[in-house]
Amino acid sequence: MHAFTQLNGLVVPLDRANVDTDAIIPKQFLKSIKRSGFGPNAFDEWRYLDHGEPGMDNSHRKINPDFVLNQPRYQGASILLARENFGCGSSREHAPWALEDYGFRVIIAPSFADIFFNNCFKNGMLPIVLSADDVDTLFKETEAAEGYQLNVDLSAQAITTQSGKTFKFDVDAFRKHCLLNGLDDIGLTMQHQDAIKTFEAKHKLAQPWLFN
Amino acid sequence: MSAKTLYDKLFDSHVVTEENGTALIYIDRHLVHEVTSPQAFEGLRLAGRKPWRKDSIVATADHNTPTNGWEKGLDGIADPISRIQIETLDSNIKEFGAKAYFPFMDKGQGIVHVMGPEQGATLPGMTVVCGDSHTSTHGAFGALAHGIGTSEVEHVMATQCLVQKKSKSMLVRVDGKLGGGVTAKDVALAIIGKIGTAGGTGYAIEFGGSVIRAFSMEGRMTLCNMAIEAGARAGMVAVDDATINYVKGRPYAPKAEQWDAAVSYWRTLVSDDDAQFDATVVLNGDDIQPQVTWGTSPEMVVGINGVVPDPAKEEDATKKGSMERALQYMGLEANTPMSAINIDKVFIGSCTNSRIEDLRAAANVAKGKKIATNVKLALVVPGSGLVKAQAEAEGLDQVFKDAGFEWREPGCSMCLAMNADRLEPGERCASTSNRNFEGRQGLGGRTHLVSPEMAAAAAIAGHFVDVRTFATK
Repeated sequence: MHAFTQLNGLVVPLDRANVDTDAIIPKQFLKSIKRSGFGPNAFDEWRYLDHGEPGMDNSHRKINPDFVLNQPRYQGASILLARENFGCGSSREHAPWALEDYGFRVIIAPSFADIFFNNCFKNGMLPIVLSADDVDTLFKETEAAEGYQLNVDLSAQAITTQSGKTFKFDVDAFRKHCLLNGLDDIGLTMQHQDAIKTFEAKHKLAQPWLFN
Repeated sequence: MSAKTLYDKLFDSHVVTEENGTALIYIDRHLVHEVTSPQAFEGLRLAGRKPWRKDSIVATADHNTPTNGWEKGLDGIADPISRIQIETLDSNIKEFGAKAYFPFMDKGQGIVHVMGPEQGATLPGMTVVCGDSHTSTHGAFGALAHGIGTSEVEHVMATQCLVQKKSKSMLVRVDGKLGGGVTAKDVALAIIGKIGTAGGTGYAIEFGGSVIRAFSMEGRMTLCNMAIEAGARAGMVAVDDATINYVKGRPYAPKAEQWDAAVSYWRTLVSDDDAQFDATVVLNGDDIQPQVTWGTSPEMVVGINGVVPDPAKEEDATKKGSMERALQYMGLEANTPMSAINIDKVFIGSCTNSRIEDLRAAANVAKGKKIATNVKLALVVPGSGLVKAQAEAEGLDQVFKDAGFEWREPGCSMCLAMNADRLEPGERCASTSNRNFEGRQGLGGRTHLVSPEMAAAAAIAGHFVDVRTFATK
């Protein structure tokens, strides 16, 4: 996993609540057995006017000019600003894969669905929870000023606007450590393999039917 | 020792290590399907790792599998990419191993959340994970069960553990008694309507109260299945006689002297009387009507006697915007009575409502009647090969076929439309599945979530109808 430390990035505002993972990456793209290449199909049903299928040449498809990600001023955005309960629904990790492949490294929202939130950290992306009021402020500022950027500093747990306003955010200490250092969870857990073996032996003694 | 909730007991008994609130918990059962596993197996392969305990793995193919054309075997899978994914699961299980595997067309194949319990692969007291959000279903057995992403699938395969922070606990108690024609699905939708799709975020929900105690295991599975639609990764129900009677004699359930030891442990899997929950929500079962969703989120739901809500009456701007967008997508006008909404298709199936009890209930409504002429397709997709065989032994397939329904092979089918079963743009469906998101059942498709009885009644009437009065006509 790649590390995340700091980012200066263009912000795109996606002004919808309860954006689900079916919307982030529709089911037909889940047939892939790879974990890359989902970016061109992120938000496929909102982004294009035709029906997308795996293997299509997306550069020739009709785009939906009304969808915010398609607006010229938001091209190259790496910070997604969203509303509450972002990433609800299916556990598909293809959703963070698609967002990451599109170019997003940070998602800011008043709340996230649990599984999606967790999946982001496994892919070097930082989901940030701010209060609904602070998110509202960022929506207004983003929409008001073309080229609106934010600085996100994970180590300081702070988002800074170009005018110098700062929003502090919480992040779980373990997840922060993993993200800052680009650490692979499996490698870390394997450091506890003796403890796992000890637990397993005890567990088997207590509930042998689990090991039939 | 302080009083513990069921969730406390399940979580605490699986902690391997804990540091600053982040725990490694041991996983007893890992259910695997073809969509969220290929990248995990590939990860193991690239790192030269093997599964820590392959006997924890139980696998099946369900999401991509076609529900007809089985006589052609793998060649019946029209989409070559779907076929590759199914064949990839075959080869991965062959390479890495599993306790049990029910491949495409095996008689035990089925939706992973139907197959696990019916095989006895899900047991009380277990930690159960699967790369699928509806893993919450298995909590019906007094198990701690939740969906995980593919990186975590790989993590569990490699280490038998999951990195977890303990959730908060919520008790959802449904008191009183349900009226006739009101089901576990209606209770699930009523709860989501009350607390919202993010109401359970950060919580593990225990469902309790007289209504839940009276549910069969099928009903409890339907309810726990939709815990994720309330935002909770895990839903659960305490163990009682219904749990133990269901598990007894299943292929992978403990036998002989192990059975008695298991049962005496399972009997402890209830919340202590004085256990404290972080939140409690109470509903009265007597007040719950058959539910129908009207929008594009499961929380957008009303009773069958209600009307499509009016966004003009909503004060919260974000909610109002969501309602307006939902009505536009759904092609509905505010204040339309739910019973005046005509449908084009019917889907009876999915990990929420495709078990034998669901099919019996739907067949009971459809018996001796015909689907309405405006209904283009009414699909019944059993949850597994075993459910299908049982239904056929009871003659339910014939009841459905006589009424004009199509009787299909098992799989996830039109719940998420990864196979060929789907809605066309603008088509409206009465569906027993779990998600009414935009495009979920097909691009532009319009999904209304209902119980199996309500879906069958809608198929006959051609529009939504109150099954409580319809059934007596």
